[in-house]
Amino acid sequence: MGALTLSQVTKSFGKTDVIKGVDLHVAEGEFCVFVGPSGCGKSTLLRMIAGLEDVSSGSVTLDGRDITDEAPAKREIAMVFQTYALYPHLTVRDNMSLALKQAGEPKAAIDKATARAAAMLALDPYLDRRPSELSGGQRQRVAIGRAIVRTPKLFLFDEPLSNLDAALRVQTRIEIARLHRDLGATMIYVTHDQVEAMTLADKIVVLRAGIVEQVGSPMELYNNPANTFVAGFIGSPQMNFLKSAALGERGESTGIRPEHLTLSRETGTIPGTVSHVEKLGGETLVYVRAEPHGLLTVRLFGEHDYAVDEPVHMTPDASRAFHFDAAGLRLR
Amino acid sequence: MSKTRSHAGRSIAAHAILITYTLIALFPVFVIVINSFKSRRAIFAEPLMPPMPGNWDLVGYTTVLEQGDFFQYFLNSMTVTVASLFFVLLFGAMAAFALSEYRFRGNLLMGLYLALGIMIPIRLGTVAILELMVSAGLVNTLTALILVYTAQGLPLAVFILSEFMRSVSDDLKNAGRIDGLSEYRIFFTLVLPLVRPAMATVAVFTMIPIWNDLWFPLILAPSEETKTITLGSQVFIGQFVTNWNAVLAALSLAIVPVLVLYLIFSRQLIRGITAGAVK
Repeated sequence: MGALTLSQVTKSFGKTDVIKGVDLHVAEGEFCVFVGPSGCGKSTLLRMIAGLEDVSSGSVTLDGRDITDEAPAKREIAMVFQTYALYPHLTVRDNMSLALKQAGEPKAAIDKATARAAAMLALDPYLDRRPSELSGGQRQRVAIGRAIVRTPKLFLFDEPLSNLDAALRVQTRIEIARLHRDLGATMIYVTHDQVEAMTLADKIVVLRAGIVEQVGSPMELYNNPANTFVAGFIGSPQMNFLKSAALGERGESTGIRPEHLTLSRETGTIPGTVSHVEKLGGETLVYVRAEPHGLLTVRLFGEHDYAVDEPVHMTPDASRAFHFDAAGLRLR
Repeated sequence: MSKTRSHAGRSIAAHAILITYTLIALFPVFVIVINSFKSRRAIFAEPLMPPMPGNWDLVGYTTVLEQGDFFQYFLNSMTVTVASLFFVLLFGAMAAFALSEYRFRGNLLMGLYLALGIMIPIRLGTVAILELMVSAGLVNTLTALILVYTAQGLPLAVFILSEFMRSVSDDLKNAGRIDGLSEYRIFFTLVLPLVRPAMATVAVFTMIPIWNDLWFPLILAPSEETKTITLGSQVFIGQFVTNWNAVLAALSLAIVPVLVLYLIFSRQLIRGITAGAVK
């Protein structure tokens, strides 16, 4: 189990800088999630930690040991891939035990570690099957099992749930959270799904274009975003950005989350017309067109009947509003 | 309803075209095989008549098997083809893996250089090749032929295989690296099985020109011990008299091994084994 430190890590492909100087500390036993839109460099950063991509400059330290130029197999890490990446010619048992065999562990130890991982993931009935005989969810469990068997200092997950269907995704997400509690291992998890980030992470790292925008716990990011990018990325549905000038507020734009807007037919500070309504049962999302702000989302709990083109009024919760300057930075 | 009917109609038309083409393509082979079982007189009198008790004659086969060392010729052809194929697939796949997997300076140029051989026929270099083989003391050896055919087959192999290897999941190779597999084991145990259908394609395309080649055996290895089957069959074609029975019998026999090799590879072509590796 180890703590990971990145200091001034950069990565360039030719003249393109993909990672532009990342400093990060992940404490022992922490669940850290890299989140960001596609192309933000989160997967590249993960691959650099794994040793699958060279580090252009800077250093990677795991458990006090500099592993910047170490081969992937020597780093005491394990990785779970989006496409599972199971060895097609090996059985589940052999898939899980290959790394230990390569490391020259005694057979009894390998059997014990494999049995333990299989029991944790309920894979016992499938040990002698090949990956082609398993379902998607089972394959991803085998891939996770393969990582557990090695008892690495650091677990790396590269969008492990992206290829699973919605129901299985929730189930596997819970399973990963439980594993983290049981193993107490340091984990780094890459995703573009902010729901996964919010539900799993101890610490979220929001990346954009190779730069760390903000690091913090899920609630810190939700309640205290540093800029419009983080504010817009964390929280679902996305935060509304209103024109400050029209509201008489300070700054360039004012951010209000959909759950912090109230909707009324009679009175309110922002008038608009309903453009679309999404009823989810437990909650209702009302999209309201309000000039000059554009389309705003209002999240209401329970069922509400609003008709399209109906005139409505919105009132923001002033205590939950965020103010941003023209560059998108938060005004405190 | 009408949709299914038109679908069936299209299917029939496609099959009719394919069957017609198959018949045209197989006709010369068919004529060679049936006439190889007939007497000389029957070959010329009724070339399209199938062999039957009246015109049945195995003189072609007995001539072929008695005259010259035909078994040796077969063995030579087989050795040259199989060895060349082995080296083309081995080196071609390794080069393709390097080109598709590793980022290095001049990667693209190297790929183009290796593919250049597809456009330039190797026979243009015959004189230089002959001089090279003479000074290396390899004239009249099967090694000379294997070297030339390996060089001849490599460009297409590298070209086709590198395209296929690019499609092999990076995650799978990376998983192997994290588990401590060497690059060689990643290549041989993970990547090669996944590109097996492409390997079979390359094998078929490489094998047939080698088996059929007359040019290089004639120039580089015409001695009795190193003659290939195509060169061996030429003894029956004279300037004034051609022993058609023997020529046809030799050709019929020459079809068999290449057909067997083809059947082996085409099974590989059909077998999909990637299922379950990655989604």
